[in-house]
Amino acid sequence: MVKKVIVEAMINGDPVELLCEPRQSLLEVLRDELDMTGSKEGCLTGDCGACTVIVNGRAVCSCLMLGVEAEGATITTIEGLADGAKLHVLQQKFLEHASLQCGICTPGFLMSAKALLDHNPKPTEADIRYALAGNLCRCTGYDKIVKAVVDAAQTMLTGAGSGHGTVPRQSASEATSDMLGKGEEVK
Amino acid sequence: MAATTNGNGYHVIGTRPIRHDGVDKVTGRARYGADYTFPGMLFGKVLRSPHAHALIKSIKTDKAAALPGVKAVMTSADLPQLADKMEAAGEQAVNLAHLSANILARGKVLYDGHPVAVVAATSIHIAEEALRLIEVEYEALPVVMSVEDAMKPGATILLPTLRNKEDGPDKQTNVAAHMQFKRGDVAEGFKSADFIVEREFNTAMVHQGYIEPHNAVGIYSADGHATIYCSTQGTFVVRSLCSAVLGIPEGKIKVVPAEIGGGFGGKTVVYLEPLSVLLSKATGHPVKLVMTRGEVLRATGPTSGSTIRCKMGATKDGKLVAAECWLAYEAGAFPGSPVGAGAMTIVTPYNIPNILIDAYDVVVNRPKTAAYRAPGATNAAMASETVVDELAEKCGIDPIEFRLKNASAEGTPQTVGPPFKRIGFVETLEAIKNSPHYKSKLTGPNRGRGVASGFWFNVGLQSSATVNIHTDGTVSVVTGSVDIGGTRAAQAMIVAEVLGVDINDVRPVVADTDSIGHTDVTGGSRTAFATGWAVWDAAQDALRQLKERVAKTWEKKPDEVAFDNGRFSPVSGNGVKPMTLKELAPRLARTGGPIIGRATVNARGVGPAFATMLVDVEVDPDTGKVKILRATVAQDVGKAIHPAYVEGQMQGGTAQGIGWALNEEYFYDDKGILRNTGLLDYRMPTCLDLPALETIMVEVPTPGHPLGIRGVGEVPIVPPPAAIANAIYQATGVRMLELPMAPPRLMKQILKKRAATDTQAAAAD
Repeated sequence: MVKKVIVEAMINGDPVELLCEPRQSLLEVLRDELDMTGSKEGCLTGDCGACTVIVNGRAVCSCLMLGVEAEGATITTIEGLADGAKLHVLQQKFLEHASLQCGICTPGFLMSAKALLDHNPKPTEADIRYALAGNLCRCTGYDKIVKAVVDAAQTMLTGAGSGHGTVPRQSASEATSDMLGKGEEVK
Repeated sequence: MAATTNGNGYHVIGTRPIRHDGVDKVTGRARYGADYTFPGMLFGKVLRSPHAHALIKSIKTDKAAALPGVKAVMTSADLPQLADKMEAAGEQAVNLAHLSANILARGKVLYDGHPVAVVAATSIHIAEEALRLIEVEYEALPVVMSVEDAMKPGATILLPTLRNKEDGPDKQTNVAAHMQFKRGDVAEGFKSADFIVEREFNTAMVHQGYIEPHNAVGIYSADGHATIYCSTQGTFVVRSLCSAVLGIPEGKIKVVPAEIGGGFGGKTVVYLEPLSVLLSKATGHPVKLVMTRGEVLRATGPTSGSTIRCKMGATKDGKLVAAECWLAYEAGAFPGSPVGAGAMTIVTPYNIPNILIDAYDVVVNRPKTAAYRAPGATNAAMASETVVDELAEKCGIDPIEFRLKNASAEGTPQTVGPPFKRIGFVETLEAIKNSPHYKSKLTGPNRGRGVASGFWFNVGLQSSATVNIHTDGTVSVVTGSVDIGGTRAAQAMIVAEVLGVDINDVRPVVADTDSIGHTDVTGGSRTAFATGWAVWDAAQDALRQLKERVAKTWEKKPDEVAFDNGRFSPVSGNGVKPMTLKELAPRLARTGGPIIGRATVNARGVGPAFATMLVDVEVDPDTGKVKILRATVAQDVGKAIHPAYVEGQMQGGTAQGIGWALNEEYFYDDKGILRNTGLLDYRMPTCLDLPALETIMVEVPTPGHPLGIRGVGEVPIVPPPAAIANAIYQATGVRMLELPMAPPRLMKQILKKRAATDTQAAAAD
């Protein structure tokens, strides 16, 4: 067996030092070494997004990154989304809009949505659908998820509630309106 | 008495409170099966067949067993051999010998991914290495992948002992069953028809696609008791099936329901659960097994691909007079496709005097199918609802009007069983007709609008519930129904309604098999209906006892105590101060002790479900890609307890139906090896593929149910494929007779039609 490696990272605001095998994915490290089981394994190939975490400001599938690659990184996981006992606006809106059924995909959606709003506080519905297209949900048909993110973005803009992300803003997504699968009434 | 009967006047029912398990699920705290760990836990991994059909000549495990860290290597030789015997398992019955041979192959592998051996080791990586050290000698056999090939005379036989009644005890066969359903005289019926349409449809095998892979942790104790933590739709079915497969008495197995990450019918059977106990018993350690996505796709769940011939006749004024259907469904490696349900739903939405339906359950070298949301009905509706659409066109009648002319209603005979009681099919059609979507105009090239309907029986079955009154006046409601989509909230709402307490003062709990009475699977759209019924009865039982205590306090008879929305008061006012549950609860000790309301049901009088979908599509004329522009589904939901989660079921079912219609399919190569074992190639809808899904809830209460509840989970998956096929026809003039209607298939038909049109035009020139 290959020897374990010491990895230091900032996870959910705390400095973490851990031992992991070079072959372990970040997802495996989070779940099995740090007991942070909120990030879920759905496919291990980056297709379902259930393991999404934010690494240095970007939403990534933690199953596609090795634990050793987290050296020096700043990572936010679902466990770090709420501010103590105060839910993030996205979490609150997911509850209010009944955006989850079984809930297995929910942590991944929340992290992808957070990464979107951190970068683009005024997303269109098309932006939202584009940003969440890497997350699969089999229960909801996405409608209530998209509505929750729209509501959360509006709530955060009007200051009625604020997220507490410290992720640097980057350019807005280039989603165009033709990516929007929205029914239009044609006159 | 709480004045709560069907209709208006509810305080809690029909509102949209935040679900009780919600915070845990948005913070990552909720524990799913794969999240459980125990001290000393080992990790299990399954060796799977690389062949679709082969004899197992030998299995050598000594090298694997010698790898440091490996604690056990086991095969079917370590499981008891079981006789052919049927056992109820939720929506479908299972043959125990077949179930056992599906958990670990016995002498023969029957599909790519069939489990052959299982390993327990100190880490998952060591377990994976050990699998590579197991030496299996196979003798490959010819593969049988389609019902057509499996039914041919002289076809390669999968199960040497399989027989069917028609062919008798001496003939080996791949046809596990032939069912026939008849009414009237179809030959006479077709004679009276002005128009007859006959089509053959082929639909591909598809998977439920739950995001959470199967998992189990088994802990076997030295005292002979076993505990299983797993994500399942039915803890009691896991207990009974593990008992049968392992030969451990049911009473010595406890199944603890983890949170479940989707099931859709696919988690009503067992795969890893018995193996976790087998390995734990062999090693003395807790053992966890979790499937990869590839294992999920290769070896669990899927629902049948099918071949369906559907012939229907109508008079020119649009009356259906005869239907003749032939259905053959892929069962997978062992018998048990949902073809019976397909046959019993295919024409049931309509009042047709003459029907003849033949249905065949056929084994093929594919994974054993499991239930999938209205099992069998979606394939069937693809056929019948397309033929109905074509007949409506021939009659020159709007497809919704055509359906209204023939729609089943109260008193209409079903294909099997008694005539319908009050149902809401007509109401769903009317709701679509009156919808903003229907009234909107769809114009533009390559666009079309389609409609289709769906029917599903729903089931009742058994449920248990207890309602505990706590000393501070809060209440807990305990059931055995695993919550897969928000049913805990619904159960709590029923209790809050009956006892007149705040919804946040009720805690819903899903208990393990030691802590609640028998409860059947969360499936068949039964949980709100049947477990909700048990919860209603248990809350009423608690209320009855509470009134007795109030009467005792007031020195009155129980029937002299009135109750309305949480307040007890004397029937005739005589100066006694009314009392709330919160005031009474601390005094229970002094009036006779704690109160538990309890109830069980074996629910009868289940209300069948109907849904109608309207969909607008745009077809890319160069690629054949279909874009869903707008979709509306109207469904008879009986009585929506928590409307947001009812809408969620409608939207989720619709989305799965759209995936089935347009993209999802199993690709096998000519050796029977599955080529799309990941979610990149098994293409489920993303949120970019779907529009907002509009829902119209129609409430036609189920007669006899105290709240009028009707199961809502399954039926919305049924209409989408046919509705989309009908919309594609309007957009392109092409009738699609196969699923999925993926770009290559649709493009082929579009080009064929274009060529035919060009030929005609040339001839005209």
